[in-house]
Amino acid sequence: MTVGLSWYLWLAAVLFCIGVAGVLTRRNALIIFMSIELMLNAVNLTFVAFSRYLTNIDGQIFVFFVMAVAAAEVAVGLAIIVTIFRHKESVDIDKVNLMKW
Amino acid sequence: MELILFIITALVALGSAFMVITRRSPIASVLFLILTFFCLAVFYVMLGAQFIAAMQIIVYAGAIMVLFLFVLMLLNLRGTQSWEVGNPLRKWLGFAAAGGILLVAATAIKSVGMIGTELDPALGTVESVGRNLFTRFLLPFEIASVLLLGAIIGTVAMVKQKQSESAEEKGGEEQ
Repeated sequence: MTVGLSWYLWLAAVLFCIGVAGVLTRRNALIIFMSIELMLNAVNLTFVAFSRYLTNIDGQIFVFFVMAVAAAEVAVGLAIIVTIFRHKESVDIDKVNLMKW
Repeated sequence: MELILFIITALVALGSAFMVITRRSPIASVLFLILTFFCLAVFYVMLGAQFIAAMQIIVYAGAIMVLFLFVLMLLNLRGTQSWEVGNPLRKWLGFAAAGGILLVAATAIKSVGMIGTELDPALGTVESVGRNLFTRFLLPFEIASVLLLGAIIGTVAMVKQKQSESAEEKGGEEQ
């Protein structure tokens, strides 16, 4: 029995759902950010799995760009979190409603 | 052999991903996330994507996670850890929504048939990825560099504005 494409797709789907659950249940902005990284990585795994089983390099190139965007996103997002922490003394998203009204 | 490696690594990856979203301390979450990223790098090697596996360890497990740890150490969240006593309904709704997404993904995965299983050893090498990146994908590559420049400028602008404000506050206090 060999490892097929659907195995990787299942693994990536479950990882993605763990990330979704993290975003929806946690209140710490930093852990929500980590859950988003988890979801991005699950999608990357799907890309690489399809790239290998379709013998097409485009999926891996796309993963490269996803990593570049993730790096930019983390830099800007963490700067926002640090700025909010300086204002509010907290990273609890329930206490951060600056743009709500 | 490949099957055993897949199962062990998948269990470690799923377990540590679950730990990321359930640990109280953000530091523990970061460390478990690094473990998840290493497991994903193992999967990339098994899928023949050596270059992406190296990038995964250098960029994700290295640079991005160090940034996370750096910010965590900087913020010193110890006094503000009252965030897990929320509405229990939120937890159940969150897990229900995640399960719903898994159901949708399951129907999609079931429709994927078996496709060619021959591993092409030349597919994910640095040469093959680099050749494609600098020929067919040259324009997106350059745009990605502009995006990173924008991220740098945005980050500096945000922090800089804050510093000038605090300098004004300090000046006001002195007067």
